[in-house]
Amino acid sequence: MAAIKSVTLKINGQIHELDIGSKVGQIDPADTLIHTLRETLGLTGTKASCGNGACGICTVIMDSKAVPSCKILTIECDGKEITTIEGLRNLKTGTLHPLQQAFVDFTAFQCGFCTPGMIMTAKALLDENPHPSEEEIKDALSGNFCRCVSHYQVLKAVLSVAEKGR
Amino acid sequence: MGENYRFIGKSAPRRDATEIVTGTVQYLDDLKFQNLLYGKVLRSPYAHANIKRIDKSKAEALPGVRAVVAWEDIPDWRGGTPRNVRVLDKKVRFVGDAVALVAATTERIAEEALRLIDVEYEVLPAVFDIDSALKPDAPLLYEEFKSNIVPGGTPIYGPNCLQGVVHGDVDQGFSEADVITEGTFGCENIPNALPAESIGAVAIFEPPDRVTIYGTSQAPYMDKVTLFHVFNRQFEIRSIGHHVGGGFGTKFTCWQVQAYAIILARATGQPVKIVFTKEEHMAAFTLRIGSRMHAKVGMKKDGTITAIQGTWYVDTGCNSFTTQCQVAVGSGELMIMAQCPNWDFKNIIVATNRNASGATRGFGGQELKCSFIPLLSLAMAKAGLDPLEVLKKNFVKPGGGYYWRDGEWYNYRGIDFTNAMDKGAELFGWKDKWEGWLTPTSVKGTKRRGIGFGIHGNADVGEDVAEAYVQLGYNGTATIFLCVSEHGTGQKSNYPRFAAEVLQILPERISMSPADTLVTPFEFGPVGSRGTYSIASAVINAAEDARRQLLEMAAAKLGEDPKNLDTVDGVIFVKGRPDKGIKWRMMGNDKTILGYGRFEPDFTMCNCVMSFVEVEVDSETGKVDLIRVVNASDVGQIINPVGLDGQLCGCWGSAGIDSAIFEESIIDRRTGHMVNANLIDYKWRTFSELPVVENAVLETPFPSHRFHAIGIGEITTASGPSATLMAVSNAVGAWLYQYPATPDRVLEAFSRRAAL
Ligand code: FES
Ligand code: FES
Repeated sequence: MAAIKSVTLKINGQIHELDIGSKVGQIDPADTLIHTLRETLGLTGTKASCGNGACGICTVIMDSKAVPSCKILTIECDGKEITTIEGLRNLKTGTLHPLQQAFVDFTAFQCGFCTPGMIMTAKALLDENPHPSEEEIKDALSGNFCRCVSHYQVLKAVLSVAEKGR
Repeated sequence: MGENYRFIGKSAPRRDATEIVTGTVQYLDDLKFQNLLYGKVLRSPYAHANIKRIDKSKAEALPGVRAVVAWEDIPDWRGGTPRNVRVLDKKVRFVGDAVALVAATTERIAEEALRLIDVEYEVLPAVFDIDSALKPDAPLLYEEFKSNIVPGGTPIYGPNCLQGVVHGDVDQGFSEADVITEGTFGCENIPNALPAESIGAVAIFEPPDRVTIYGTSQAPYMDKVTLFHVFNRQFEIRSIGHHVGGGFGTKFTCWQVQAYAIILARATGQPVKIVFTKEEHMAAFTLRIGSRMHAKVGMKKDGTITAIQGTWYVDTGCNSFTTQCQVAVGSGELMIMAQCPNWDFKNIIVATNRNASGATRGFGGQELKCSFIPLLSLAMAKAGLDPLEVLKKNFVKPGGGYYWRDGEWYNYRGIDFTNAMDKGAELFGWKDKWEGWLTPTSVKGTKRRGIGFGIHGNADVGEDVAEAYVQLGYNGTATIFLCVSEHGTGQKSNYPRFAAEVLQILPERISMSPADTLVTPFEFGPVGSRGTYSIASAVINAAEDARRQLLEMAAAKLGEDPKNLDTVDGVIFVKGRPDKGIKWRMMGNDKTILGYGRFEPDFTMCNCVMSFVEVEVDSETGKVDLIRVVNASDVGQIINPVGLDGQLCGCWGSAGIDSAIFEESIIDRRTGHMVNANLIDYKWRTFSELPVVENAVLETPFPSHRFHAIGIGEITTASGPSATLMAVSNAVGAWLYQYPATPDRVLEAFSRRAAL
């Protein structure tokens, strides 16, 4: 395989063409996706925690699937479409995504550190299955760590969105 | 039901809700700094060793490295209690202890530099538990602590700091007892409260002596105080707090990582950030104390506890800032739970070669009770008594009292929690389910269910000084100046409601200052259970002071007595005539009304939480499933129902109930390495195994502040673990004494039962 010189990512609808290299603003072949998002592009909405794919806190959506951005190398993401927590709100109207609004309405967080990952995981589920059962929601979220135990409120929030239009 | 206030007691979204759900809320690692360097810590691979030599030259030569600092490069800066722990030492005392610090332009370069530091160690024998640490010929962690026994008492709690409970006449007490039980029980699995966000700090150093520190701390003002002493009172510290990704008490003791960042910032002249990896967070940051007690308890047939005698052994790890505090508070908490007239209960703090201990919710009392309730259970079983009745009878009531952390006796003037216990028991169905000791409530094939009860109360609801300012704005607004970081409890959303209720303006019209010691008065931090009584009292007092000044000013303008005036929604009027008012605007935009509020510590009241727990144990696999939990409490007055519910639902997380089922930090006793310092090997409960949690909460007004509330959040994890171990024992039909009740221990208990 010929060495690639740049990586093109579509993040929250915007195209980013990033050169490979070790200078500031470039993508080092060892950079993880979360590093690129947070450090290179300044998208700090995605939080980092365990760094080894165990906690789901760094979850983003890549080509419709919820993935841990700490376990993916950016150079593997060429041509991928990525959505982060920053991409959910309608920036023109300021309206929150229904899941975000439900998290507000049910206070589905305490410290909030796990919240972006929870919302992105739930969004990937609802995109694929708009009306999941409670069990399906639990299943989808079972890789998401929340130490404050906001689980019960998160379930209520996601269910409230899942039940709309059923 | 509590009072019907305009704002307090009503559910409202958190003030930071939109920022949290959009990812725009900023935690430490999200802050941006110019010219930032990244700091890393070289950690010891040995549990106990002298550093013979450090060669930094290769690391220093690596392009991008700005500083490499070892113990010999810095003055004798120390922290801990007593203050004997060097920030960097020539001796390492646990696997993961700091050996050297590096600052570089990127994290990757800093990591690479760590590998280039050449260290020669003289490896020493190590001690990993209380028994080996106390052996006569045991290696010493500190020459000054003979037999590895760390001195008790802490200056923070005053000259008579509680170091055990000696009271009444235990011989007399035992002679009055109908049953006496004795034994050794422990809670030594050091579960990790494990907030999602790791530990870190950013430091800026301006020569010659100005430090600005941004931390992951719950208590930014106390960081200023602690660091001031660590650096021999040489530096002027400004501490700035912001959102914290969970604390659970642990983020009160971040002085070490903050000190590392300051040292590197001073060495480089640039801002330096250090954020621990999850592995460092788990294996090199502070942990809960280990707890073991050998004790004897006497009880009458009616459940009255007559005597408690024994020794509490506290494993503090290689050092601690707070263990003596936990011993003092824990001992007082045991007295609150066991209103016994006769005590001879001492303690020994032991140093071992594992992580330092630090503050963690439950703060001594949870660990001690996890050890004490199994002993008491033997007595209750011997006397054939229902644990709910015994624990209800012995919990502090008006007319009772206890020693608290400063060694003083306090007569209790809080409420009687009996009604809340009854309410919880009713919701749980305790009376119908309880079949007696070591008897399951149901058996279906290999599935056996059992129930347990636990209780915890804490008088540090009124601990430590709190101060706040409330400034009024002429347009009917206000600002609260308070040094509190939001760490998940929602208190930064609650404090404006207290002020709003006093000033009768909408909470939305009230701003909160950042938690910045340059701007705010002193505040100890939202730790312990002090958020709702101590801190809110300071805010209420400041708001009242501001309101008084406002009414006095208006009275002069109106020619009225201020006593006859009232204010609602930014209008001041003669009571009963709201139509004839003048606006706050009368104060003019060139006048500042600044109210000051202070709270002095008050240990005469406690909070209380009770756990009713049902588990299912599989006799074939030994697996324990948590089925249902009922939490009960009386909180005086609910501030925010949703927030309260969230706190109570947290009963099984952050080193709560699950520390009785599967949570533990496992240290390899041969090498001292922690083998499960990551989120794969450290077990945590997922969405797939959620137990049913229900809460029974009463509101009997407390004589606290004018809104009669008392805090609860901290202790919601404290009563569950002992209740859970009790439930597992009852389900199995044989006693389990060790935490957590892992399948091997459960199966071992089954085989003991079969052998009977
Ligand atoms: S930080 Fe990526 S899964 Fe935990
Ligand atoms: S809300 Fe704190 S970790 Fe989930």
